Amino acid sequence: MSSVLILVDYADGKVAKTAGELATLAKRVGSVSALLLCKAGESGPLIEQLKSAPIDSVIVGESDLFATHGIAALAEVTANVMSEKSPQALLISSSARGKEIAARVAVRTNSGLITDAIDFSNSMIATQSVFGGSFTVHSRVSHGTPIVTVRPSAVEAEAVTSSPSVENISISLSPTSQLTTITSVQPAVKGGRPELTEAKIVVSGGRGTNGDFAPIEAFADSLGGAVGASRAATDAGWYPHTHQVGQTGKTVSPQLYIACGISGAIQHRAGMQTSKTIVAINKDPEAPIFDLADFGVVGDLFAVVPQAQAAVAAKKQS
Amino acid sequence: MVNGLLDRAGVDAVLNDLDEYAIEEALRIVEPLNEGLETPQHTITLISMGPDRATEALRKGLSMGADDAILISDPSLAGSDALATSKVLAEVIKSGGFDLVFCGTESTDARMSVIPAMLAERLGWAQLSFAGSVTVDPASSRVEIARMTDAGVETMSANFPAVVSVIEKINEPRYPSFKGIMAAKKKPIETKTVGDLGLSDVGLASAWSVVDDATARPPRAKGIKVEDAGDGGTKLVEFLAEKRLV
Repeated sequence: MSSVLILVDYADGKVAKTAGELATLAKRVGSVSALLLCKAGESGPLIEQLKSAPIDSVIVGESDLFATHGIAALAEVTANVMSEKSPQALLISSSARGKEIAARVAVRTNSGLITDAIDFSNSMIATQSVFGGSFTVHSRVSHGTPIVTVRPSAVEAEAVTSSPSVENISISLSPTSQLTTITSVQPAVKGGRPELTEAKIVVSGGRGTNGDFAPIEAFADSLGGAVGASRAATDAGWYPHTHQVGQTGKTVSPQLYIACGISGAIQHRAGMQTSKTIVAINKDPEAPIFDLADFGVVGDLFAVVPQAQAAVAAKKQS
Repeated sequence: MVNGLLDRAGVDAVLNDLDEYAIEEALRIVEPLNEGLETPQHTITLISMGPDRATEALRKGLSMGADDAILISDPSLAGSDALATSKVLAEVIKSGGFDLVFCGTESTDARMSVIPAMLAERLGWAQLSFAGSVTVDPASSRVEIARMTDAGVETMSANFPAVVSVIEKINEPRYPSFKGIMAAKKKPIETKTVGDLGLSDVGLASAWSVVDDATARPPRAKGIKVEDAGDGGTKLVEFLAEKRLV
């Protein structure tokens, strides 16, 4: 039977939710093998968590060398597993790290690479949304084993109970995978809010906030959403650059995008126009954001947003 | 000796914004090392793959202060994917005797953030990517970076040779001075073809992936627009409730 290999992401002893999403896509093609590469002694609880995704087998490689040498080490082991198991495809999450691992595995295995897919079919056709979401592209790998990186939250993970077989592999690295030494790691401080690119709901603020993001954050929290910002707002120093949505920032595609005080310049639209539902609040009735909005309110965000937040709170109570 | 090298893998005739950060960083590292020397010991070479008109972009990089440039221009390279692009660039880099390669993290038009990793893998060099700061110690031939991504900050180091990719916030690229622009006119740009590099299996015909179709996203259906008459927020939430979003 054909199988698809997925690379498992995790942080702080928790398997990332992308593992379930990758497994769900891989299952369309064949059986699912999850490759878990972690520190010595760390795999136990991680394997347990993989039992809530459609996974048939887990290949476990434990070594402290992954933490010391990072991407090159992970790529070498992944490529070796590919050569040994000959899977139909390799799926990796589209993070900075995931894409770089995929890139190196593609070179090592002389295989084609497709990045930032938003879907993957049973016939291994990848769907991408390109040029700021203005085009949808279907492509496939024509050489070697397809390696595809998939954007987080692109698909709904199938919730199942599985009892995968577990195989342990021993890790040895070539010298060229140990050229880089990681000496310290400071994980990003995680707020209580979901990741911008993974959130189902994003509330963003722009020039119209005049630097006051309090109502934006409060509204986002009432919806369980992430906070985004336009380039105007991040350039002004009102909100961190890591939250910038747009061509030079993050691309988001949530179920609901709420733009508050954002005019909707091309630069911003490129980062959010594939959102399923778009809501805009802006004083200027001519603001281009209204061309995209499924629902627009012409008005002052400092009046509209708090009222909407109160209405959401009231709904939750009822 | 430090030889900086820049990968400008873009295809546009404008210098990719993100590559300007790489040039600027290379200049900041090389300039102090050359200070006081009669003939500069440390040089920066720009490398680009693209059509002939890419020379305009290379001129800009030279006017910022780079020493010379190599342009790989060949009609057969049209349609090259990242794997092919990295193969061509690696071939040029191999023959140059460089210590460090600086790249932008990605091109503004495509998904090139994989090129630095591919280059490191092809060359068998250290990969130091997504650098938010770079420190080079030529005496020990060592380079250290702070890798800054959504996951956090990692400090990592390696011996030369290494591929370094830099992120946008690493520096503020300089504007070319009048003197720099005049000097750039005299700086050499060497043009190479695929044949010169002894490569054959690159370009669209031997790409590693194929596009089946590309369709323009249909314009969004016209939505509802209301004037806030004191109930805008309430109406907004009614709409969300209708769509089952709250």
